[in-house]
This record gives sequence, C-alpha cells and structure tokens, in this order.
Amino acid sequence: MTAPATHGPDPAGRSADGPNAGPPSAGGRSSGSAGPDDTAAGFDPGAAAGRATDAILRDTLHGPHRGVVVDSPPGAGKSTLVVRAARELAAAGRPLMVVAQTNAQVDDLVVRLAEKDPELPVGRLHSNDPDPYDKVLDDLPNVRKSAKAADLTGLDIVISTAAKWAHVQGVEPWSHAIVDEAYQMRSDALLAVAGLFERALFVGDPGQLDPFSVVGADQWAGLSYDPSASAVSTLLAHNPDLPQHRLPVSWRLPASAAPLVSDAFYPYTPFRSGTAPGERTLAFGVPSDGSGPDRVLDEAAESGWGLLELPARRTPRTDPEAVRAVALVVRRLLDRGAAATSERSPGPRPVTADRIAVGTAHRDQAAAVRAALAELGVSGVAVDTANRLQGREFDVTVVLHPLSGRPDATAFHLETGRLCVLASRHRHACVVVCRAGVSELLDEHPSTEPVQLGVTIKFPDGWEANHAVLARLSEHRVSWQP
Amino acid sequence: MRGNAFEAKVKADGGTELLRLLVERLGGTEPPPGPGAAATPDLSASGPEGRVARTALALREATGSGGWTLLDHPLLALEVAGSPAYLEPDAVVVRPDGRWTVVEIKSFPMIDGSADPSKVGAAARQAAVYVLALERVAARTAGAEVADRVLLVCPRDFSNLPTASVVDVRKQLSVTRRQLARLTRIEDIADTVPEGTTFDLEHCSGDELTAAVDSVPASYAPECLAACELAFHCRARSREADAVEALGRGVRGELGGLTTVASVLAAAHGESGDPRDPTVAALRRAAELRAEALASAAAAPGRTGGGDGRDGPGPAGSLSACEAASTGGTSSSGATTTSTRTRSRAGTGEAAATGHGHGRSASARTES
Amino acid sequence: MSLISTLARMEAVASGSAQPLATVRHRRISDRPLVLVPLTTAGEAGAPLGALVGTERDAPRLLTVAQPRDRDLRFAFLGELAEAVLPYLDEYADAVEPAERSEADPETGKRVKVTVELCADAPQIVVPSRPGIDFVRLLGRSMRFRRTAEEDPDAAYPAPPRVPLLGRWLTHYGERARVPGSSLLLAATDLLNRHWATGQSSLEDQHLGALLAWIDPPGSLSGADAALHAELDRDPAGQLVCPPAGPATDPAFDNKLLAPAVEAYDRARQALAAAEDGPRAEERLARLTAAEHAIRALLADVMRPTWDSVWHALDLLRELPEGGRVADRWTRDRWSFTGHRDRVRAGEPPQPRHDDAVTAAQKLASRESAQGQLEAQEALDDPLVLAGRRLSGEAFLSEVTEVVMAYSESRRPSPRPLVTVRTDDRPQLGEGVKVYRSLDGKPQSAEFVRYEEDGSPVLRLTDRMGRAKDPAPGSVPEKGDRIAWTLFEHDQRGGPKLPDPEDTPWTHGGPPGADGTPGVGAPDGSGAARGSYGRTGTDAAVGPDPMTEEDFL
Repeated sequence: MTAPATHGPDPAGRSADGPNAGPPSAGGRSSGSAGPDDTAAGFDPGAAAGRATDAILRDTLHGPHRGVVVDSPPGAGKSTLVVRAARELAAAGRPLMVVAQTNAQVDDLVVRLAEKDPELPVGRLHSNDPDPYDKVLDDLPNVRKSAKAADLTGLDIVISTAAKWAHVQGVEPWSHAIVDEAYQMRSDALLAVAGLFERALFVGDPGQLDPFSVVGADQWAGLSYDPSASAVSTLLAHNPDLPQHRLPVSWRLPASAAPLVSDAFYPYTPFRSGTAPGERTLAFGVPSDGSGPDRVLDEAAESGWGLLELPARRTPRTDPEAVRAVALVVRRLLDRGAAATSERSPGPRPVTADRIAVGTAHRDQAAAVRAALAELGVSGVAVDTANRLQGREFDVTVVLHPLSGRPDATAFHLETGRLCVLASRHRHACVVVCRAGVSELLDEHPSTEPVQLGVTIKFPDGWEANHAVLARLSEHRVSWQP
Repeated sequence: MRGNAFEAKVKADGGTELLRLLVERLGGTEPPPGPGAAATPDLSASGPEGRVARTALALREATGSGGWTLLDHPLLALEVAGSPAYLEPDAVVVRPDGRWTVVEIKSFPMIDGSADPSKVGAAARQAAVYVLALERVAARTAGAEVADRVLLVCPRDFSNLPTASVVDVRKQLSVTRRQLARLTRIEDIADTVPEGTTFDLEHCSGDELTAAVDSVPASYAPECLAACELAFHCRARSREADAVEALGRGVRGELGGLTTVASVLAAAHGESGDPRDPTVAALRRAAELRAEALASAAAAPGRTGGGDGRDGPGPAGSLSACEAASTGGTSSSGATTTSTRTRSRAGTGEAAATGHGHGRSASARTES
Repeated sequence: MSLISTLARMEAVASGSAQPLATVRHRRISDRPLVLVPLTTAGEAGAPLGALVGTERDAPRLLTVAQPRDRDLRFAFLGELAEAVLPYLDEYADAVEPAERSEADPETGKRVKVTVELCADAPQIVVPSRPGIDFVRLLGRSMRFRRTAEEDPDAAYPAPPRVPLLGRWLTHYGERARVPGSSLLLAATDLLNRHWATGQSSLEDQHLGALLAWIDPPGSLSGADAALHAELDRDPAGQLVCPPAGPATDPAFDNKLLAPAVEAYDRARQALAAAEDGPRAEERLARLTAAEHAIRALLADVMRPTWDSVWHALDLLRELPEGGRVADRWTRDRWSFTGHRDRVRAGEPPQPRHDDAVTAAQKLASRESAQGQLEAQEALDDPLVLAGRRLSGEAFLSEVTEVVMAYSESRRPSPRPLVTVRTDDRPQLGEGVKVYRSLDGKPQSAEFVRYEEDGSPVLRLTDRMGRAKDPAPGSVPEKGDRIAWTLFEHDQRGGPKLPDPEDTPWTHGGPPGADGTPGVGAPDGSGAARGSYGRTGTDAAVGPDPMTEEDFL
C-alpha cells in the first residue's frame, strides 16, 4: 500500500550534480542531499533540512558569490527560508529588496515578516492601481506603503513585485536582493530588475509551472539569455559557478506522497518527506456507505492517495458527471467528520472546509465545481486552477485529472508543472477523479517534442510523468460503480 | 547524396575530427587521440546476428582497452513488440574510461548554433533507441557505461564543415522505455485480423490489399500525411466516416462525445442533443453568435471602398463594423471616428517601432 | 482553435466550400506588392534553385540556377535577385512625410519630441507559404555577412555587388514577419487562413492550391472536390498538376524532369570546356545555352501556377474591406521600414548572428505587446472576431437601461456615473473587473460594481469624461444605447525600460563583448556555450562566413 518512505540515490548516481551531469565546476556545488545521516537507515529530516538552511545562509551572508540559488520542492519551507534570510540580512545591516512575482505573494511575505518580527521596518512598494495591496497591511505599524521607491529608502527591507520593480529607476542599488519564485520569473523580467541589486538569493520550485510567452520565442531558444526562459536558467548559464542548494525535505507532503511526487517530477533532484509513515493519519467519524466517494476516501485516508475512476467516455471539459463526483467527494469528506492527526497538534483536528482544496486544469472546470459544491450546500472550499493553487497548502485535495475524458492530450494538458502542482498541495491525502482510458489516450499521443539545441533540460517529459503518476495512482483505484 | 559525403568527411582519417569534436563538446579528462590513434575495428560479419555479435565483441574489447575506439556503423539488436529489431547508429565512441557515446551524423545544417527543432527532436528519439540497445550490451560488459548525452554532428552554417552539439536524451530515454513496455505485441495485433489476411504485394490484387488494410484498425490524424504512405487511404476512410479528427486532433478538444461532423452541426443548429450537455450548449451559443455576427456585418453600412485608406484614416465603414453590431445595425455611430492614431514613438528598429509593451509578470499559461 | 472557427470548418465540410472567419480584412495588402516565389534544391539544405519575382502579375522575372552546386551560378542568382528586389525597396525609401517621435535629448536625457522622416508607404513582399518566409530568412542570413570585391579585395569568393545589402533587407523583413499583425512580409496561405475556414485540417491548409480551391473553386466543382484535385492530380507524365508552393519541390519533378535536365547541362558544359576549336566551341556553347533554357523552362513551368495562385489570393483578399485599425498597424510597419532604411544609410553593420540579451528581451516584449494589440484591434474591427471573444466571456454586447450620476469621494469629486446594462452574453465579470468600450476610437474604461437582482451588470465609468464636474457631452452613455464592452484592454501599456546593452547586468553575462566574446569563427552550437558568444553586435565582431569548396549557398 504505502510506498517506502525512503529510496536510494538515483540509479545514475547523478543526484548530487543537479541536472547537468558531468564534472562539477570549480565553485559550483550543490548541497542538501549528501550527508552522514542521509542513509536509508537513519534519515533525520530535521537535521538534513537544518544543514541545508545553514549552508544557504552561510553562502548568502558570507559567501564570495554574487548569487545563491535554492531549489525548493513543494512544501520544503521556502517561505520560512525567505523570511529567515531576510531577517538575517537586515540584522547584518544590508539593505534588502525582495522581488516576488505576484501581489498576493508580496503581501503574504510582508505579513509573515511582520509576524516574526513586528519591529522590523518594512516597505511595501506597490502599483498605482486601485487597491494595490492587501488591506491587512494597514494594521501593521512598521510597514510603510508607497508607490514610489524613493519614499521607502532607508527601510531595512523593501518588497514588491518584479513588474513594479522593473519601473524603479534612479535609486541607489540595494546591496542585496531576494528573488522569490525565481523559476516562475522570466529571464527578461530579471534583466529589467537586476541592475537594482549587487547580490541576490534566488529561491524557487523548479517543478511548478514554467513561465511562458504568448508569442513564439524559438529564435532565442538555446541562447543563455533566452528572454522567455526562466530567470534561473539564464542566471546559471552565465554564472555556472554560483552555489546551488536544495531544500531536501518536504514538510507538507506526507510520507505517502513524497516518493511519488519526487520520482515523477524531480527524478534528478529527489527529496523526502519530513514525516515518517504513520505520523499523519486521517480518520472519519462516520463509516463508509459503500459508495464510490466513500470508498475512495477510505482508500485515500489509508494510503494517502485515491483514484476515483469513472467509466471511460469522451466528455466536454466541464464533464458534468466528473464535476459532480468531485463535489460529492468533498461533501462526503465533510459529512463523515474527517479528522487529521499530525505532528502539528497532540490530537486529531477536524478537516474543515478551509483545509480542503479542489484543483482543476481549466477555469471553467473550477467554476463548474464551485457551482456543484454550492448545489450540495458546501462553501469555504478553495476551488481553483493549478496556476492559482501554486504555493498553497491544504490537508486534503481533490483533483479533477487534467486528462479526464479528454479526446486529445495537448501540450497544455501534458505540462508536468500542472500535474505536479495539483498532486503536491496536500498534507494528508489526495483524491484524483478521472475517467478511465487516460493511459490509452496517452498512448495515442506519443511524445514527439521538438528539441532545441543548447536548452538544458530540467524536468521529466510530460508524457512520461503522466504515465508514471497514473501507474502509481492505479494502485489506489476505486471505481465509481461498486 | 550529400548526406553520405558529409558522413564520410566527418569520419575521415580514422575519425580524428569526430573525436576532436566529441572531446571539445563533451569534455572529459582525456585529450582527444591524434590521427590514427583511435582503434576502428572491422565490424563486418555475415547476417545481422553475426554483426550484432561482432559489435558486442568489439565493444567489450574496446571497453577493456583503456584507449579510444570508434565503431563505424555498429549493429545493435533490441526487442520491439516481441520481435527483434536491428539498429545501426552512425557511430559509437568508446572512451578510455569505458564510457560509450552514441554519435548521430545528420545532413541538416546547424546555423549559428541552432538547428530545426523537429529534426533535432527526431534525431534525439532515434539516438535514445540506440542508447537503450547499447544499455543491454553494457549490462553484460564489465566496466561499461552508456552516456545519456549523445553527440549530434551536422554541417556548420552554409558550409560542409562539421560542427557538433551535445543532446541530452534522458527525456527520450524514459519515454522510449515506457513506450516499448506498453507496445502491443505483434502476435496480439495479428490475432485481431481475420484469418488468412495477407499484405503480400506480389500475390494480392489491389482490392484484396485494400480489404486487408481496412481490417487493421487505424487512428488517423492529419499529422499522418507527413509520415505515412497509407495516410491518404486512412484520410479517405476518416472523411467517409465523417470523423471530426479529419479536421485535426485539436478540434476534438471542445466537442466532448460528438465524433462526427454531422452530429456536431446538428447539435449546433438545435436539431439534436441535450441542451443541458455543456458541449451542446456551447455549440449552440457559438452558432448563434456566429450567425448574428455574419448577419450584422452583411447589414452594416459603408461596406464598400475598403483598402483605400492608405494614408488617411481607415474607411469609416470598416471601423464601424463592430459598432454597427453594437448599435443593432442602425446608423453607425462610429462614422465620425478616425482609426489612425499618429504614432509618436521612437522609430528605430522593430522593438521601438511597436514600443516595448508588457508590464505583465509571466505567470502561467491561460487556463480559460 | 476556438469553437466558432471549429464550427466554421464543419460548416465548410457540410457545404463543400470555405466559410468566412472574418468580415473585414485584417492585414494591409499593398497596391503594388512584390511577389516572390522561391524554390530550393532538394537535399541541399537551402540552396536556391529558382524564383519568380516581380510586381507585375503578367510579367514575373524568372531567375534560375542551372547547377545549384556551382557557387558562381548561385552568386549570379543572388545578384539578379538583388537587382530585382532592391530597386523596388528603393522606390519607397525616398517618398517621405514628416512625423514626430520622442527621443532622449543627448544633453539633458529628457524625452523630447523631434520631427523625423517617415516613409509615406512601405514596400511589401508576399511569398506563397510559411516555408517561403523561412526561406527568405535563410537567404537573408546567408547573404548579409558576404563580402563583395569592393568591400574586401582579397576575398576568395567575392559576392556580387548589393548581395550583402539584399541579405540585410531580407533579414529585416524576415524578422519583422515575426511581429504579430505586421504586413511587410506575408505568406499567401497565412492571409487566406486568417480570413476563411476550409473543410480540411490546418495542416492541409498549408497547401496553397488546395486552400484556394476551397475558397474559390474553378468551374462548377465543389471546393472539397477541387481541393482534392489540386492535391493529387498528376498529368500523364506523372507530374503534379498543381505543384507544391515551395520552396521544396515535388520529388517526381526532381527525379524525372530536373535531374536529367541538370545532367544534360553538366554534360554540355564539360563538352564546351573540352572543345578544341572555335566552330566546335560555338556549336557546343549553343547546346549549353539550349540546356540552360530547358532548365529555365522547366522551372518557369513549375513555379508559374504558384505565382498565379499568389495573385489570385491577393485578389480574393482585396475584395474584403480593410479593417479600421489595419492602417494603424501598417504605420508601424512604415516605421519599421524607415528605421531600417536609416540604419543602412547610417552605415551600420549587418544584423548580428544573435540578438544580445537586451535586444532579445525588447523584441519579445514588443511582440507580446503587438499580439495583445492585434487581438484587441481585430475584435474591435470585426463583429465575427468579437463573437469569439463574447463566446469566451471576454466581451459583451449590451443595452443601457439606466444611468445614475455619481461622483468620486475625493476633495475634487469627479464624475463616476453608474451605468446599468442588459446583456444576453455571459461575461466573466467579478469584483473590480475592468471593462472598456470604444469612444470616438479611443478606449473608455469602467469597472464592474455589482449585479442587479435581474442579473443586469452595473458598471462605473471611470475616465474620459473631461476635467469638469459635469461630464463632457457625449462621454456618458444614455439609456437605450447599445454598447460593445470588452474585458481586454484596447491598447497595450508600455513595458519597463530595459537597460542599455552596455549596462547588461551580471545575471545576463554583463555587457556584450565584456568577457572576451569571440567573434569571427566562434565555435558554435555547444549547449550553454551558445550564449557566451551569442552577441556579435559590434561591427568588428561581424565577420563573413567561412567559405569552403562545397558551400550550400
């Protein structure tokens, strides 16, 4: 049932080198996986993560390099790291700018910083649009807000989006920057802001959705500074000697989920769960009624994964039966009084609506699920696309498989980042709702991706990753009809 | 052909230039061998099995030799769908440390360091199969390791000088492994075909052949036209069946369970289908909007004289097309508007000529 | 593909003829375009074989290469191509009008308006198909680094005069063709596919002959039947009746007709070289000339149908009225043409092999902006395009049912009238969502406030009502007005200013050339290394391509 919590290094022994196999360059190094207690027998996640964090902070505060790169798999404590690095840089008297990708991320960071250190003077640089920032920030006494960078000079930390930073001109450069979600930032966006700082810490998850362009950018593919590539790939192509670190432990994903997500989406940079099998449990106050939704919930509670399979059929995107099945699973999850036990609290905690998310590939699917939930009288559950669920965390997630019922498998639906985001939001269990026949659909759409010379591959093939996930999920299959 | 001449040029002098390129691109601790220093074993043998065995032996010898070896057109075997397939890479290089590298020599050019991505992709998939076949041999050879990065050699720019690029085939390897594992065995396919079916070109009439081909299931898509000689046959069948796929795989995405053109049109025009089905509802709405727009355009005033608005404002009639729709086809309120705004932007270069736009952060592909 | 265009394709299947995808023409068609039908040599990776070129549909200029492996013949071809194309471009270079643009003042650094020349019109090149555009790009790349005897007296293989200049222009046109909505270099298939849906797949739509057959079938044939004939019909000799639009040729043509003719030409040439006396040489020269004429006739025959098809396509497109905002985009094309003219005149070096980091980012940003603008403008110009946006909830048609005057809560209250509208469309409105309408050709914005009980959206107008307390006349809609609102902006906002190339930051490799960038003869193509030499922007770094015995071009 439950996959082993640990697994050996990848067969090619490449795990420590990152994606670029070959002789390690003089200064380039990677940490986070190798260590004395990293053997299968006595893995101590806290110690491994602590060592990685210490090394990151050492390189950031005292290292000779202008940049430090940190890869963070889902739930590995990226935000915690950013907050800690920001506070230590501020404490060291280094004026710091923080670059995030969305306003929500910026506001979230400001709030986290204020929670940790209410005295810290923080500037929130915002746009001229109406409602440019979360009103919560108005209650934080040491947070100054302005649309002009000049108003915020002298503050220890100034935080804004990449888009806003790109318009800042004629100011003294900051001595340090933290670039958050750097893998979701495009190279050209980094080009527009890199003149604002001397050195930077780049943090992000290489497995989530890649940045993209609405127009063709093939003519620059393979160039180190391809403007449509991610900021990190440009940075490393030009500065291959920068220290590259990896947060080795996911605190979010349970022991049941980390191996699947790591194998399918991070085959060259594996990570582990911070909790051991059995440390997290999910139980129901009400026994199963024998229906598909109840049986799949039992399976997911037991093993961490559940695949609720509907009969094979080609359907519209908003497949009414699948949408209703998703809504029913959520309804039953609430009705059966799910309770989650974890390292966070001594006893079980009820899984309330705000601890549940539904993930879809398309917005119209999310809208249909919201409507179906409303019909069943459920409110307060987050229902959104992979795109918008990025970076969020829940106890239980219910996912409408991106390929369910589809007549075709397009690059959009095969994008590994999409499936990775959907399969890595949960702390306890993930239920996937899907029509049968996806394996056959994948077989009909063999991967024939074009290859651009000089483009470093970072990630597994979408076609293969989908097959890999499906093969693992099928071990937890429950069919809709009893 | 030029392709063969190019390959011969690349491999000339015992592969000196080829090995120089390999070391230059792939790096490593050993310097490239001088002219004639690499072993180039004779791989000829009788029959494919003989050549495969000869290749395996040469690989074993090369791996233990501690020197450089260039295998020119080795022959490898790989089981595909239960039957052996023979594969002939352009070359395999064995390095002194025992690592084997597949070399693909192609005649398409690398211009300024880039090449046609679809051709490189095809070469990468091809090379991945060679790597897989080599891995089977390496598993039985002490000290051998097969590199998952292959060397692609092409003519440089517009010359016939060779240049090379390293292609990482890990993705193609994992995909090919899974595809091989999932292939239906040939015997299983044969079991589904009526007894006595044959594709023997010499002993069959055209009709018999057609019937035989028809008895094998095929899933046609327009992409087949570029790759398969039977595609026109399958297309005709697909069109006869009124299948939506004949218009491209992409059209199926929003059609749900509707698989024929006639059923889509009937649903769109309200002649069949359940309006509660989201597919049917969307089709009806699309058909209505399309008909309304076409009607409003036909009724819109000022639809003559297009294309003459060279230097001045565009013809008011065309600008107002949409506004005419918005005014319900009555008098065009947009008639006084002008469409040419004077651009006052710097005009050097394409970037300046269109202004540099976009203040959006790159988030993620549209999910609408 | 949107559902509306999918539906159009299916209607084309059912009716047997193409269906409209647009009610106006969304691209500029010049009064006097230059049509270029190029052919390439099979198996020779881009070596030109022949071309028809010109502005007169009845008098194409025929250019051929009798033996594509002969460098002298190829250079002669390119020289002739330069003679055919450059005078056409030159015609447009000197007809100018004054125009304003803003420039940074060299002393103060402030943006100031300056009056400069803008070419009154721009030359337009039309090729048959998308591979034709790629071929124009390839020709441009192969020519712009050549050196003429005048530029480099020691060149082993000097290019004919003006060939490098043609290379620069074709490179510019090829690059401009990547900008969404531009019309300097167009493919006939792209033009037709933008405006009509056929009953076949988009892959089959790349066949110019079949595509035209769907749209305007000859005689009494249905479009579907005519397309099948165009695709497949062969004459008794096995040659396609409708040859491919190129630049690739049909293998049957290559093998059965072209190869024997080229062999005959080669033999005649050898015979001429071996001729020992005058009379014999004269006779053999006549044979060589005849062999060359035979090749010219073959190529003329195989290109002529495509040439005629391109003009046929232009005729069809001219029947559509031009979209209102096409002229705006064409003005950008004129700026683009004028800008390149100025760079050539200023003696700037040819375009580098690779864009530097800043230029690449600028181009990408401007193309994304052009894409957004194109989508908005097409929807505003064309109710059928707008229908697609309405279907996806990005636009809606409405009738104003109520207007309530309101003001902003500031010290100087501005008008912020609330407009209630009724719509049958289903726009994706939500809190704070902005919508736009076209008012006198310029966008006026509003924001969604709430739904009334009957489901009617209430919008708050937020701009373009003047500075006074009372809104300017005509700036606020009235009850009963029918208005098309869009959820997308009509204009694109300008992006951030990128650094100058010489200020390229360390994250992107620093300023071009700063780290010992190799120029001429740089090793190419090895992975990440591409970038480290991927900037040869300065004149010293742009060297000619190395020449060998067997160059492709």
